[in-house]
Amino acid sequence: MSLKTIRPATGFKEYLPKEYQDLIDDGPFLRQRKVSELGSFKEAIEEHPMCAGCAMTLFIRLVFVALPSLEHTVICGTAGCGRLAITQGAVPFVYGNYGDTNAVATGLKRGLDIRFKDQPKDVVVMAGDGGLADIGFHAVMHSWFRKEKFTTIMLDNEVYGNTGGQDSGMTQKGMVMKMAPTGKKFEKMDMLGLAKTAGVAYTARISTTNPTRIANTIRKAVLIAREVGPTFIQAYTSCNIEYAIPTPKVIDDARDVEKDRYGFAEYFSDEAQSYWDESEKERKRLRKAAKKIK
Amino acid sequence: MSQDVKEKMESKAKPEDAKTGAAAQRVVDPDYLILEAPRKKEFITGSEAAKESVRRANVDIAIAYPITPQSETMQQVGYLYAEGYIKDYYRGEEEIGVMSAVAGASRAGVRVLTATAGPGLMRGLEQIVSWPGGRLPSMLLVMCRVVNAPLAIQPDNIEISYLLNSGGIVLHGENQQDFYDYPLIGFMVGEKPEVTLPVAVAVDGFFVTHARGWVSMPAEDIKLPPRDCYHEAVPMMDNENPPIRISRDSPIQKSNFISYQMHAAWQQEIWAAQERAKKWLNRWLGGLIEVVNPGAKTMIVASGAAVSQGREAVRQATEKGLDVGLIKIKSIRPFPTEELTEALEHAEKIVIPEFNYVGWLAKEVKAAIDRTDRIIAGPRVFGGMTMPTELILETISASE
Ligand SMILES: Cc1ncc(C[n+]2csc(CCOP(=O)(O)OP(=O)(O)O)c2C)c(N)n1
Ligand code: SF4
Repeated sequence: MSLKTIRPATGFKEYLPKEYQDLIDDGPFLRQRKVSELGSFKEAIEEHPMCAGCAMTLFIRLVFVALPSLEHTVICGTAGCGRLAITQGAVPFVYGNYGDTNAVATGLKRGLDIRFKDQPKDVVVMAGDGGLADIGFHAVMHSWFRKEKFTTIMLDNEVYGNTGGQDSGMTQKGMVMKMAPTGKKFEKMDMLGLAKTAGVAYTARISTTNPTRIANTIRKAVLIAREVGPTFIQAYTSCNIEYAIPTPKVIDDARDVEKDRYGFAEYFSDEAQSYWDESEKERKRLRKAAKKIK
Repeated sequence: MSQDVKEKMESKAKPEDAKTGAAAQRVVDPDYLILEAPRKKEFITGSEAAKESVRRANVDIAIAYPITPQSETMQQVGYLYAEGYIKDYYRGEEEIGVMSAVAGASRAGVRVLTATAGPGLMRGLEQIVSWPGGRLPSMLLVMCRVVNAPLAIQPDNIEISYLLNSGGIVLHGENQQDFYDYPLIGFMVGEKPEVTLPVAVAVDGFFVTHARGWVSMPAEDIKLPPRDCYHEAVPMMDNENPPIRISRDSPIQKSNFISYQMHAAWQQEIWAAQERAKKWLNRWLGGLIEVVNPGAKTMIVASGAAVSQGREAVRQATEKGLDVGLIKIKSIRPFPTEELTEALEHAEKIVIPEFNYVGWLAKEVKAAIDRTDRIIAGPRVFGGMTMPTELILETISASE
C-alpha cells in the first residue's frame, strides 16, 4: 500500500468519514510511530469488544504501534479472544480455521514474495496459546523447521479464554481449570526451548509491563524475520476473567508474574545477532549523518 | 556429498538458459489454449497428463504431500518446478498444513495447486470446505481411493461425496484426456470475477492415474495467462487496498440479526457463483454433460471411470440390438440439473453405475429429475473392485 492508494481523489476526501480522513492525515502509516507518541496520533486500532482491563488488548495495541511497516503488513490470526481486537485494526487480517495460522502464513508469505519482488511484505501471526501450542502445534513447529520468514506472536494468557476457561498446554501444572477438574497434570510447555531447537532466529519472552520494550521487541522480531528467518515472541497477556484478577490489579499481576517466572529474555541465533548488530550500526550512522545535516 | 550426486542435484536446479522450458513459453488466450490450438496425441498415464496440464497452467506455487495414488503427480509437478515452470514448490507437513497453506497462497493472489487422495482429503477437509467461503480460487486434484478404515489404497470414489456440499466447483474426469483438460479449464473458471471459487478435479485413482491412454495436447510452449487477482470478487490480502477497520475474512463475529443476515447472504452468494460458473464450464467443457445415443429408451448415467465402462456397455448393447444410451456428467458441482432433466425426458429406464458403496451420484440424479421410479441405482463396485461391462448389461436386462 502506498500513499497513492490511501489518498482519496481530489474533492472526494471531504465525503469520507472523519475516521478515515484522520487515518490519512495523522495516522500510523508510512512512518514509524513511537510509544511516547501514543495519544497524539490516529492509531490503527482504537476500539475492541474484549473484556475491560484485558492485558491482551494493551499488548495488541502496542503491536499495532510497533510494526515497522504497517502499510505492508498482513496479520494472520485464528479463533480465540485476540482476534476480536485484531480484526478492528486497519491492517488486513486473515481469519483462518482454529490452529491453521502458521500454515496459512507460510502460503501467504511465499505468495506475497512471488508477487512483490521489490517490496517486502511482512506477515505476522498473532494468536493465543491454545491456537499455537495445542491445535496449531505441528504447523508452528514445521514453519520453524522450514525457516519460513515471518513472526509468530503468542498471546499467552495460559488458558482457553474464548471458550470459557479450559486449560491449555501453556497452563501451569496443578492449576484447576474447566477441563482439568483435579488440576492440570503436566508442566507448561517450553515453546521457547522448542523454538530454539527448531532453529528460530530470534525469540523473546515478555510480559505486559514495559510498553517501550514491547514495541522494540516486536520491531526487532519483524525485521529479523524479514531478513533472516522465523522469529517468536511469547507474551504473558493475562486473562483477568478466568484467573479472577481484579481489573485495577492486571498490571500488578503482570509485574509479579514477570518477576516470578516470566522475566524478559531474548535469544538470537548467530546469524540474527550479526544481522541485528550490523543494522543497529547502520541506523546509528544514519542518525549521525542526519544530525550533521541539521 | 559425492561428485555425481552433486552434479545430479545441480542439474535439477533451475535452468540458467532463458530460452528453454518455461522461459520459452508464451501466454495465450485461454480459448486458444483450451479449444483452438492444434494438438498432438500421446500415449501417457493420467499422472503424466496432469503434469502436462500443470506445465501449461502458469502455476505460481504448488504444495505437495505424498499419498498413493497421487504422489507421482506431485513429484512430476516438482520436476516442473525444478525446470522453472513453477515459481515455488514445497512438501508440506501434512494435509491440514497443506490445505491451509493453499488458503494463504490464494489470499496472496497467486495461482496455487495441490493434490491429494482418500485419507488425505479427509484430513484436509476442514480447510478445504472453508476455501469457498473465503472465496479462494485454487486447484485441488483428487485421485480417488478408499477412505479409511480398513486401510486400503484401492480405487473407490466415495470421497467425492464429502466435497458435494462444500460450495466449491467439483469436476469428475473420465480418463487421462480429461485429467489433462479439466485442470486448465478449472483454473480459468474459478478465477473468473463472477465465480471466484476453488475448483477440485477428481479422477478415479489407478484406473486413470496409473494406466495409459491417448491424450491430445497442444505444444508445450504455450501457457494460460497468469492469475489476475485484482479482478475477483474479494480484495487480496496483500495490503494494497485503502485501510479499513474491517477484515475481509470475518465481518460476521457478532451474535445479532445483521450478522445472521450477512452469513446467510454470503452462503447464498457462493451457490449463486456456482450457477454463474456454468456459462464458462459450458464454453470450455463443451457442456456439463455429454450424451451418447440421445433418445435411447435406456440411459446409463455416470461420471468418472464408470463412464468408460458405460461407453463399452453401450457398444456391446448396440451390437445386441438393444436401445441403450449414455450420459457422462462432467461437472458434479455445479450439478447439471436442467441438462439431465432434458436429456432424460424420454428415458424409460436410467441405470447409474458407480465406483462407491453409497451411490452418491444416484442420489444426486434422483434429487434432480422427476419420475424417479425410472432409476435403477446401480450397479456399484467398491473397495478396489473393477466394474465389468457385463455387470452393467446384466443390470439393464435384469430389470426388463
Ligand atoms: C477446529 C476447532 N476446534 C475448536 C474450536 C473452539 N475454540 C474456539 S476459540 C478456542 C480457544 C481459544 O484459546 P486460545 O487459543 O488460547 O486463545 P484465547 O481465547 O485464550 O485468547 C477454542 C477451543 C474451534 N473454533 N475450531
Ligand atoms: S476472556 Fe480473558 S483473555 Fe478473553 S478478553 Fe476476557 S480477559 Fe481477555
